[in-house]
Amino acid sequence: MQEIAKSFSGAAALIASGDATLFGIVLLSLEVSLSAVLLATLLGLPLGAAIAVGRFPGRRTIIVLLNALMGLPPVVVGLVVYLLLSRAGPLGALGLLFTPGAMVIAQTVLILPIIAALCRQAVEDAWLEYEEQLRSLGAHGVRAALTVLWDIRFSLLTAILAGLGRAAAEVGAVIIVGGNIDGVTRVMTTTIALETSKGDLPLALSLGVILISIVLVINAAAYGLKEAAQRRYG
Amino acid sequence: MILPLRLEEVSFVARGRAIIERISLGVEAGHASIILGANGAGKSVLMRLMHGLLAPSGGTIKWNGEGRHKQAMVFQRPVMLRRSALANVTYALALAGVDRAEREAQAREALAGVGLLPLAQRAARVLSGGEQQRLALARAWALHPEVLFLDEPTANLDPGATREIETVIKAFDAAGTKIVMSTHNLAQARRLGDEILFLHQGRLVERAPVDRFFKQPASAEAAAFIKGELPWV
Amino acid sequence: MGLIWRIAVALLLSLPAYGQDKFITVSSTTSTEQSGLFKHLLPVFENKTGIKVRVVAVGTGQALDIGRRGDADVVFVHAKPLEEKFLAEGHGVKRYDVMYNDFVLIGPRSDPARVAGTKDIVAAFQKIRKTQSAFVSRGDKSGTHFAELELWKAAGIDIAKDKGAWYRDTGQGMGPALNSASAMNAYILSDRGTWLSFKNRGDLTIVVEGDKRLFNQYGVMLVNPAKHPNVKKEMGQAFVDWVISPEGQKAIADYKIDGEQLFFPNASGVMVGKP
Repeated sequence: MQEIAKSFSGAAALIASGDATLFGIVLLSLEVSLSAVLLATLLGLPLGAAIAVGRFPGRRTIIVLLNALMGLPPVVVGLVVYLLLSRAGPLGALGLLFTPGAMVIAQTVLILPIIAALCRQAVEDAWLEYEEQLRSLGAHGVRAALTVLWDIRFSLLTAILAGLGRAAAEVGAVIIVGGNIDGVTRVMTTTIALETSKGDLPLALSLGVILISIVLVINAAAYGLKEAAQRRYG
Repeated sequence: MILPLRLEEVSFVARGRAIIERISLGVEAGHASIILGANGAGKSVLMRLMHGLLAPSGGTIKWNGEGRHKQAMVFQRPVMLRRSALANVTYALALAGVDRAEREAQAREALAGVGLLPLAQRAARVLSGGEQQRLALARAWALHPEVLFLDEPTANLDPGATREIETVIKAFDAAGTKIVMSTHNLAQARRLGDEILFLHQGRLVERAPVDRFFKQPASAEAAAFIKGELPWV
Repeated sequence: MGLIWRIAVALLLSLPAYGQDKFITVSSTTSTEQSGLFKHLLPVFENKTGIKVRVVAVGTGQALDIGRRGDADVVFVHAKPLEEKFLAEGHGVKRYDVMYNDFVLIGPRSDPARVAGTKDIVAAFQKIRKTQSAFVSRGDKSGTHFAELELWKAAGIDIAKDKGAWYRDTGQGMGPALNSASAMNAYILSDRGTWLSFKNRGDLTIVVEGDKRLFNQYGVMLVNPAKHPNVKKEMGQAFVDWVISPEGQKAIADYKIDGEQLFFPNASGVMVGKP
């Protein structure tokens, strides 16, 4: 327990020290995870909305599959993306392996099902309310789905934050496709893993405190934004 | 002109139950038609069949001409988008193919017509129930529909808001829009209607001008309904 | 869809480290990186040649596999039989000895197997087996793991058959395995470098060292550009050449933790310095 208490003061000391390496690692973590969230949102929201609103054979199977994929093990995603991006693999020519780009790809794959599945549920719930009115006004298919998507934008924030949480917290995918290269593909979670494996538990814990604090701040900001918007738009 | 609308032997079956049973009727322009009936008689389903939100299980529904946007419907619970009152109306105009340059002016005119212009920039979802229903009517007005369907539009409103809504409906009627409205408020039916279509257990049991229906109902079911002895079907 | 694709590509390309400065990728092992050698060695090379070195540190098996796939330009590991297999498969150009470090047997101060102070590692292993004292194995097909297995063999013990509850096969890297040993107060074979940097020692200390059989030889290979055309052969060869050159060898010898030298350069076949 003492170690956990010490980790907070350790974290504060680390931040105060202004260590360039640490800030580089934090910055890279944010760049990778936020990029993955952006891509997964751009792809996942339309996907979720389309499944929610569409009627096609196999729809229920796809919904079950999408929900199940939320539980994709990060290390498995990392392995599959690694095999794809490896020089010996189909996309080797892109030369993306062991770069932050590969990490973004892996994390996007990991969180896309989360964002799409949660969006699907939110749109499907809202669709019950909106469907008749929208069809009465003449909005169909894509047009109607996009209208609902925009209307429930603040609820979708929760889905997006869930994706961000998963991305920022995982280590299995980024360590395989990134290689945890010092100064190039080392992020917060892989650094924590590294320091733990070196036996430097206090440092690992302090880094953990910093990571959690950052995610906490992002969540608090998003919540505040959502509250303000709900007051404004109803 | 998309009227007259003709229903021939229309049925609607859901979950094994016949909700509408072999209804044939014609809807003509020129007078306000009120659909009356107890809860469960099939009023809402009939309106949705006519408006095209539901497909009949049997029979045919034929309009005289093409014109998706020549009909509009106002529901018991208004559904507004998470944007300003004005934006809700311009959204409907955009769907109807109105040029971007003209949407705002037409929307403002519609809002003014129902007395909501001061609230044009207010978020539609924070308006009161009565204001939202007026907004729904403004949205319908902006489309200049030939036919306006209303499904129990004042069921959730207090008497003051109800009066405001009825004023707008009368304005539609005066402007030549065909009104097709369901209600189970007999007094309201008398105030707004020219003819009554009485439904009982999914069948059109009686159709008569409003005065004759209330003074001398031809069917036993209608007589019982007016006397208030048919709370549920 | 087209818009989304363009955003995605722009995003991926804008991220740092995408094909800018000249660099090579070296696959090596976690124990080597964690010893701190690369942090000391690579800046010297980079200053001289301007070539940045990116080290991917994984287990030995994985490091060689990365080379097999052509995902690295140079392989730098310490498992000679596996390296020679790698060469035989045609994935490497030529193997050079670079340096060696040594393994040490770590154990609890209470020393239940009574092995402390002996210079005979094989005898020590036999005693541990006899007394059934707790022993942690890495079990991860790493160089260290192979060294441990060789020692059991040399002791005449078929560890696969003979292991009991006293033998803890953890499947972990060196650091986590040491953590486990510390928690269990068990014996464990470790490379000296990781032990020197290891902070969570608990009641553990070095009990056996200096036996020649504990020496751990490192080799370096350029990944074969004939098999993997994308290999940066000039820059990779420059690294290989430098590491076995007198200058590189001296840089290796200069690396010390708490005044102790960790790695002993032997590129020319001659050992420089003694443990």
